[in-house]
Amino acid sequence: MITELEMGKAESELELGLGLSLGGGTAAKISKPGGGGAWGERGRLLTAKDFPSVGSKRAADSASHAGASPPRSSQVVGWPPIGSHRMNSLAAKSAREEEEAGKKKVKDDEPKDVTKKVQVGFIKVNMDGVAIGRKVDLNAHSSYENLAQTLEDMFFRSKPGTIGLTGQFTKPLRILDGSSEFVLTYEDKEGDWMLVGDVPWRMFTTSVKRLRVMKTSEANGLAARHQEPNERQRK
Amino acid sequence: MDLRLPSKVLEHILSFVDSNEDRNSVSLVCKSWFETERRTRKRVFVRNCYAVTPEAVARRFPETRSLTLKGKPHFADYNLVPDGWGGYAWPWIEAMAAKCPSLDELRLKRMVVTDECLEKIAASFKDFKVLVLTSCEGFSTDGLAAIAVACSNLRELELRECIVEDLGGDWLSYFPETLTSLVSLDFSCLDSEVKLSDLERLVSRSPNLKSLKLNRAVSLDALGSLLRLAPQLVELGTGSFSDKLDQEAVSKLSQAFSEMKELKSLSGLWDVLPEYIPLLYSVCPGLTSLNLSYATVQMPDLVELLTRCSNLQKLWVMDLIEDKGLEVVASSCKELRELRVFPSGAEGLNDTNVAMTEQGLVSVSEGCPNLESVLYFCVQFTNAAMVTIARNRPNLTCFRLCVMEPFSPDHKTQQPLDEGFKAIVERCKDLQRLSVSGLLTNKAFEYIGTHGKKLRMLSIAFAGDSDLMLHHLLSGCESLNKLEIRDCPFGDTALLENAAKLETMRSLWMSSCCVSFGACKLLSQKMPKLNVEVIDEHPLETRPDSSPVERIYIYRTLAGPRLDMPEFVWTTQKNPEIGVSHLAIK
Repeated sequence: MITELEMGKAESELELGLGLSLGGGTAAKISKPGGGGAWGERGRLLTAKDFPSVGSKRAADSASHAGASPPRSSQVVGWPPIGSHRMNSLAAKSAREEEEAGKKKVKDDEPKDVTKKVQVGFIKVNMDGVAIGRKVDLNAHSSYENLAQTLEDMFFRSKPGTIGLTGQFTKPLRILDGSSEFVLTYEDKEGDWMLVGDVPWRMFTTSVKRLRVMKTSEANGLAARHQEPNERQRK
Repeated sequence: MDLRLPSKVLEHILSFVDSNEDRNSVSLVCKSWFETERRTRKRVFVRNCYAVTPEAVARRFPETRSLTLKGKPHFADYNLVPDGWGGYAWPWIEAMAAKCPSLDELRLKRMVVTDECLEKIAASFKDFKVLVLTSCEGFSTDGLAAIAVACSNLRELELRECIVEDLGGDWLSYFPETLTSLVSLDFSCLDSEVKLSDLERLVSRSPNLKSLKLNRAVSLDALGSLLRLAPQLVELGTGSFSDKLDQEAVSKLSQAFSEMKELKSLSGLWDVLPEYIPLLYSVCPGLTSLNLSYATVQMPDLVELLTRCSNLQKLWVMDLIEDKGLEVVASSCKELRELRVFPSGAEGLNDTNVAMTEQGLVSVSEGCPNLESVLYFCVQFTNAAMVTIARNRPNLTCFRLCVMEPFSPDHKTQQPLDEGFKAIVERCKDLQRLSVSGLLTNKAFEYIGTHGKKLRMLSIAFAGDSDLMLHHLLSGCESLNKLEIRDCPFGDTALLENAAKLETMRSLWMSSCCVSFGACKLLSQKMPKLNVEVIDEHPLETRPDSSPVERIYIYRTLAGPRLDMPEFVWTTQKNPEIGVSHLAIK
């Protein structure tokens, strides 16, 4: 049984410090008499002092804040407790409204709390004969070689926990140099299908909409290559 | 003479026993009853996916047809659980695929579901019928295509507020022409546009379709043709309700709505323009459920709609309805059972132009005798209002009040809201779920502990004076099952004093409180039947026992420590060196 007295004693040993608490994972700052911890950037427990606009008795007693303005409820992670889906919807709505109103407001902190990672660099990859497509992050690749390797791993090697899509090819495919059964093609922004590898990598990443691993036999009608493979320039 | 009931007879009797609570009792009678029961159980509910291993469940209930699983703690909805924490569906799907071939229904909530999971489902269960994913993430529209193409007897596909990597609307075209069994389709959380012709064909070959929830990208024009193809719908979620239609299209749409004699539930209505509200009038009298929480219309238009909804039982709406609008609800919607009022500003307090106060809820509590469930976001409240509400509605079972500015006192008296919540827990004897807010002292929690005997779930934020409050709750609330707390000065003493209580609960979540590392270690050592997870994204180099933890998640389990913990989750089993005071970080 805990008595009030004991609790009271415990309380006097707790000192809630002032300071800003932003972002996730805030923790209490407990400084015992005779030395505190080296908490540094760790947040601390928000108290009524942080919300002076409320006009409570506590707020009236509050000491000065540590310089910066106190956090409002909107700056606390997960508060008010609205599901992230609803938050995204409202955030998207207000962003749309602002755009229509002609001004573009850049919100730096909110999107981190509100939206999930937007996977901008991911594009779809389909392979002939395989019903299920995959996606690959172009931003995570620096060259055609990289990309080819990833695609080979994706479609031709089964990883633990995944269903192998096509089976047991183990030798490298070299889908970029025309010597294998498959070629890599892409659809660009204009909707045309081209062979991958003709343009510098950076240019490719900005114009590609999606990829397709096509059977060489079917790729004949595509934009012809300008150079022999070993003469091809790649950045 | 063998006096035992032949197992065939017992099986037959058990085929009439649906409730799992009863079945659990049956299985405790004796070994042979346990065996017969486990072989005949058709629906399994695992409300914490880490409380038991997938293999154990699959082994025990091989004939199960339906599995319902929940993963992450509730506060994950508010981004309080870091990404990568856990809740993976894969091990469950793998185990069920291996041992429970009859599985045809899967309902997952707050779990990580990958495309591989969906492909595995499509490949493993030959008669798969129902997939309902609520607040799940980790998959893309490609996974949906896998389900669509393979499940030839699919009945329900529902994605409720999931985070889906949207690669386009093609997935819908993977439903084969031979699929005619669809009863429910909900893709309201997806962004991309699906091909209208594919959707129309799907709808027209689904005579049993009762529930259709479209995404925002489906235009108002498209809605008209879909409704004409499916006038039998009982539940409809519209797409965007804002395209400019010509007069002819408007009257055709109006006609389509008036043909929908079975419609009971309406949702969607994104961006609805006020001039289109009258289109809905013909279905209003039949509605029992109306979700206007994405409809950004002002009070006068909302009121026009709601005066016609005399049979409404469930209303979700934004605070744009204002107190005045709720007064109209109180006089028009006498059958109302559940009310949820959401804030219209993305940032809550700071954005909204309306001020929802206690008045609206008081009116509804006075006018609606069947009101039992409330979720209410507002800017201010009073003790007197809560006392009135409690007096009017002692039948409340769920009361979730969110005064948006933390530490807000009674705005008339400037007192804490202790007395108000006291009235609620004292009067509402069947209250099972409570969320508190505003300025609260120890007293409020003493009252809750004293009176909240049927309380199963309690959510607390920015409240309290001291540890004693947690003690009141853990020692007083006999039925407590889930407790979630953030930013309160609750700490070690109460937790350790009431350690035994934690084994009677499903879970306890505490974030940004005053729980020390040492207490977590001690609790973990004392209570082997609990998983004590310390979730710290920014741990210190050396971690003395007195250092506070960022988050702690404690849950009872038969499975022991889980094997899929990420870096930032610390337990004494995973990190035995924690037993020593020095902790090495990789």
